[in-house]
Amino acid sequence: MPVVYPGAQRPDRTRVVWSSGLAIAVYEWGDEDAPPLLLAHGGFDFAGTFDVFAPLLAAGGWRVVSWDHRGHGDSEHAALYSWDADVRDAVAVFDSVSRQPLPVVGHSKGGALMLQLAEACPHRLSRLVNIDGMPSPRPHPDVASHERTNLLRGEIAGWLDFRRAAAGNERKPGTIDELARRRARMNPRLSHEWLTYLVTVGARESDDGWRWKIDSKLRFGGFGPWRNTWALERLAGLGIPMLGMIGTVPEAMGWGVVPGELDQYLPPGGRMVTFEDTGHFVHIERPKEASELVLEFLA
Amino acid sequence: MSTTLATLRHGAIELALHLLKEGEGRPLLVLHGLGERSPEELPAQYASWPGAVHALDFTGHGSSTVPAGGGYTAEILMGDADTALAELGQATVVGRGLGAYVALLLAGARPEDVRGAIVLDGPGLAGGGSTPSSPSVATVDPTAPAPPDPWALVELTRDPRPPDYATTFVRQAVSFSGLDRPLAVCAIGRPAWVDAVLHEPGVAETDLAAALTLYASV
Repeated sequence: MPVVYPGAQRPDRTRVVWSSGLAIAVYEWGDEDAPPLLLAHGGFDFAGTFDVFAPLLAAGGWRVVSWDHRGHGDSEHAALYSWDADVRDAVAVFDSVSRQPLPVVGHSKGGALMLQLAEACPHRLSRLVNIDGMPSPRPHPDVASHERTNLLRGEIAGWLDFRRAAAGNERKPGTIDELARRRARMNPRLSHEWLTYLVTVGARESDDGWRWKIDSKLRFGGFGPWRNTWALERLAGLGIPMLGMIGTVPEAMGWGVVPGELDQYLPPGGRMVTFEDTGHFVHIERPKEASELVLEFLA
Repeated sequence: MSTTLATLRHGAIELALHLLKEGEGRPLLVLHGLGERSPEELPAQYASWPGAVHALDFTGHGSSTVPAGGGYTAEILMGDADTALAELGQATVVGRGLGAYVALLLAGARPEDVRGAIVLDGPGLAGGGSTPSSPSVATVDPTAPAPPDPWALVELTRDPRPPDYATTFVRQAVSFSGLDRPLAVCAIGRPAWVDAVLHEPGVAETDLAAALTLYASV
């Protein structure tokens, strides 16, 4: 029996786009001849997490196109993962839709990737909705430098230890219910009913149970030379209309932006909308209100 | 000719670790520069090293896997070097250019196991500079012969290397290696990260022969 969720619809069409030799899974909802709108998912998610949000946008008159990032969902597992590679994969999907500027909605990492693409290729985007994928201008917590050295050391050694073991790693099998409960640790505000539905889309069943499709070599978090200020400059320099959405409830997966703190970094005409009593997954917690806002912004 | 000691697994990548010289005591791990590959014979400057001398081909280089779709970062290559370190145990690490930056990262990340890291001039020393340049979407010629992977050549000349990021790794090496001078800079090149590293306590500015003598004795 397929698991159903109120309002959830699998895509009307699926296809594959090749990005530098990697197979990227692409999904579409709505009329093929309607104007295109792209959706970029967040880290450790997949396009199926738009199964409620995307149909609402399609019903508003859009051909909604999304894709699984490399290593996520049904896209090919890559040997290497990087921010720039994800942006390139996105461009391959854009190319498969149109060479004209396109509106795009990005959630979390997807929103941040689209901010970078908007700076690298401003001629490819017409409007941007960013759902909790904007950088926080607050500095890192103030800890003494020797404590920071210690913290960082543990983080980097942990990252390397994971990589040493990752060649033999496999996702842990379980029942649909078990996988849903495991995911609830990272998505604590989303209902068990929704997470159960997601398992049937984002996991695969084999003889010993269900496993999430995401590449077991991917690890949450990480470190590197990035600075939030670099992304803030991108936000301020955006040359297309932008709508930002955040919730008021902090979450582990969230980007930590609080209402009002981005005001001075918004591009001309940029607008932020705050959803009360809502976490990181604004479009999943409040699909109706979020989709209505997007449709109004795109109109 | 060198012999391949081992094919090591780093995620989906098979890495070639070459044995250039047998020896007693702590091994020397040689990391090549961007676009290079491990030397086929023992370079004369390492002949005096008392232990074995190994050289690693990074992902997308030499006899290691050339993966599809790029996605290179210096941190991933640190993972390559760490895979070699897991095989060798404690080692002194010497790197050229990009390999020198990776040697620094590894020295900070595995301070107990890296017994001295040596920074040499070579291709890819500067990377993309201290801050990102204006972003662009890179393309490569898909018909270009590899290795080296053209994506590595593009991506590892664009990666930002902020001076304060580099010095974080020096401080970790200094704090946790137990060595007075866990890093030796033997390069003429002075990209901002090298300059910043040289201003940190615990970093020796010397020539390669002296650095090898220093670390052979610790």
